[in-house]
Amino acid sequence: MSTEIALGAGAGLSTELATEHHEHHEHHQSFITKYVFSTDHKMISKQFLITGIIWAFLGGLMSVLFRLQLGYPDSHFYWLQDVLGKFWVDDGRITPQAYYALVTIHGTVMIFFVLTAGLSGTFANFLIPLQIGARDMASPFMNMLSYWFFLAAGLVMLSSLFVETGPFSGGWVAYAPLSALRDASPGSKSGMDLWLIAMILFVVSSLLGGLNYVATILNMRTKGMSMTRLPLTIWALFFTAVIGILSFPVLFSGFILLIFDRNFGTSFYLSDIFINGVGALPNEGGTAILYQHLFWFLGHPEVYIVLLPAMGMASEIMSINSRKPIFGYMAMIGSLFAICILSFLVWAHHMFVSGLNPFVGSVFVLLTLLIAVPSAIKVFNWLTTLWRGNIRFTPGMLFTIGFVSLFISGGLTGIWLGDSAIDIHLHDTYFVIAHFHLVMGVASMFGMFAGIYHWFPKMYGRYMNNTLAYIHFWITLVGAYLIFWPMHYEGLAGMPRRYYDYSSWESFKQFAELNRFISTVVIITFAAQLLFIFNFFYSIFKGRKVTTKNPWGANTLEWTTPINPGHGNWDGEIPEVHRWAYDYNKDGREFIPQTEPVGADESQH
Amino acid sequence: MSTTTATVTTKWWSGGKSPFNVEYGKVMMWYFLMSDTFTFGALLIAYGTTRFATQGWPDPNHVFNSFPGLGAGYPLLFVSLMTFILILSSVTMVLAVQAGQNMNKKGVVTNLIFTIIGGLAFLSCQAWEWTHLFHEGAWWGRNPFLNADGTQSTTNFTNFFFTITGFHGFHVFSGVVINVIMLIMALNNTFEKKGHYLMIEKAGLYWHFVDLVWVFVFTCFYLV
Repeated sequence: MSTEIALGAGAGLSTELATEHHEHHEHHQSFITKYVFSTDHKMISKQFLITGIIWAFLGGLMSVLFRLQLGYPDSHFYWLQDVLGKFWVDDGRITPQAYYALVTIHGTVMIFFVLTAGLSGTFANFLIPLQIGARDMASPFMNMLSYWFFLAAGLVMLSSLFVETGPFSGGWVAYAPLSALRDASPGSKSGMDLWLIAMILFVVSSLLGGLNYVATILNMRTKGMSMTRLPLTIWALFFTAVIGILSFPVLFSGFILLIFDRNFGTSFYLSDIFINGVGALPNEGGTAILYQHLFWFLGHPEVYIVLLPAMGMASEIMSINSRKPIFGYMAMIGSLFAICILSFLVWAHHMFVSGLNPFVGSVFVLLTLLIAVPSAIKVFNWLTTLWRGNIRFTPGMLFTIGFVSLFISGGLTGIWLGDSAIDIHLHDTYFVIAHFHLVMGVASMFGMFAGIYHWFPKMYGRYMNNTLAYIHFWITLVGAYLIFWPMHYEGLAGMPRRYYDYSSWESFKQFAELNRFISTVVIITFAAQLLFIFNFFYSIFKGRKVTTKNPWGANTLEWTTPINPGHGNWDGEIPEVHRWAYDYNKDGREFIPQTEPVGADESQH
Repeated sequence: MSTTTATVTTKWWSGGKSPFNVEYGKVMMWYFLMSDTFTFGALLIAYGTTRFATQGWPDPNHVFNSFPGLGAGYPLLFVSLMTFILILSSVTMVLAVQAGQNMNKKGVVTNLIFTIIGGLAFLSCQAWEWTHLFHEGAWWGRNPFLNADGTQSTTNFTNFFFTITGFHGFHVFSGVVINVIMLIMALNNTFEKKGHYLMIEKAGLYWHFVDLVWVFVFTCFYLV
């Protein structure tokens, strides 16, 4: 008995099942199976997206609240106190405990729930089967579980906002001992327990999702879809999933040790410590640096988990809307791969001032600066794709160009921070905040917006409103720069991160008005995001209907499906692929879909 | 094997088929095992760095020298037995997988039962060892053993020992549960109906991985 025969039988069976499903689902599907416990990758992707949007709203709102404190440290917001209660706002001012809780949960939520689950979860689920030509994910059930673990993680994190001692407040990195000792701060009590539970659920969700994405991309490509014909979105999502599969377990290990330190009297991360009001602790022999290593072994790859999907979508949207092939397709794949490898070799550049051996530091400087090479390759490829293109400024395209702009602006300061000597001065200042928000936070957010505006017609069969989208884009782009650009100056002047109130420092008093300016822009920019949220939900129900299968004139497979594809994506056979995804303006034709066979006298790309 | 003729001209990566000629579940299992390698790798490296940063460490020959019924004075004898049992269970797992490939239900069932017994025996041994150490005063945050040079030892010896062997034991336990499910499915003719025993192969991959991890855990805690 050969395995191949068995496999053949299995494969035949699964396609049969998929088509069966497809017809079956069209007719009688209850609300529960269609919208709640759905195994359709498109519905799961929408669940990820809408959950992500809710978290982005909450995470953004948190930043508005702590910016109120930073911008208006002398003002009293009594109305806020009425809304939020005394734990958060006392005497009209954000309390110090609440301030630290807000920055911590803002960071955690934005990085993990919005830009990891909200971004990868949405677009990996939506695009992988549609763009490689598969009826669904390899395991739709695991896919569903992945969402439900994510939702559970979110609910646990949300519940931590309501416990008596408040949510965790030791920063999103959760360094020991603040995270390891219950008595270290109010937020280190049950808030930290809930934070840990939420994050472990999140790791499970990420693993279930990631395994599915990898297996689907490797195994379920349609006939003719070789790896080098894949759209760059798929390559990016593939590497994202691989990075997640290999880096999250290390964080998980770190959390296991942390749980033992918190609950079972161990001292993995704790040396001899004395706490005010508690006394000397019995812990000995551990080191807090160990946690930092384990954390940043995930923490640094994590920024590429956040960024790569945005890069992939930017490449795709940019090529479509420039009506030009992507410049340097293979170089794009190569640089994604290089980033994927390097992402695992640079974590200690977050720890230059932790007492790290300067020689080890110098190795990490070298490896860190090497990332500039693939990053620059990507940027030049994007710019050369735009060059002399017949650019259509759709909202998706605008956000893509904005993404490239932010990636350049934020990326250049990465070269500063990657240098251990300069980092001694800049470490833990506003310069760092400016850097990572531009290059990773806002840039990926722009990638996500680009993806939403671009694929919304495929998701819901309707368009989003363009006018609102343009307003949203310009306010967000200008706002992002106005918020984060001045922070470079503050950071260079030595203004540290994570301080509650700068007004009592002579050196930082000069920034009081600049801080107020930033906070004002934050409020305006946040308001513009409400515009987006309104546009999104309004357009789901009332948006202009899509009337053609391929509204953007794109080559990839998702635009060969019906306008509102059912479970199974294609009505008949899955189309076969004959070419790469980037034949735009070739041989006098504006675009040639991947499904079209290569003609006899067609030129080489 | 009838695959040989087919593979000559096949373009494995051109889409429409699995490039590795395996179904998706096995791809997932391999990636999961890579992921789990990083979990254990992180734990063992954490252990290694902490140990290297610590002055002195207890001598495993001295700590692990008891055998049930015989008392103390048998360094590493018991853990050698545990290791032998686990490796033996890997052998029976191989036999189960092979029987599955030959569509031999009886062979699958018999060897799965042996594997489950091996797994349970390993877990029981671990339970005995933990109980024994506990009665000697060792536990998370408590370390009664002295360093090899007679000086006071840190609790990180026991902290890491119980955490990592416990985490491995949890993996063995999961493996036993998986194998029991496989056994039930085999007895219910689920695989006969499917026409293949691929699930057994995936369970086998996991089981061998857990064995392999034990080799490293064993080396790190008992030999070095």
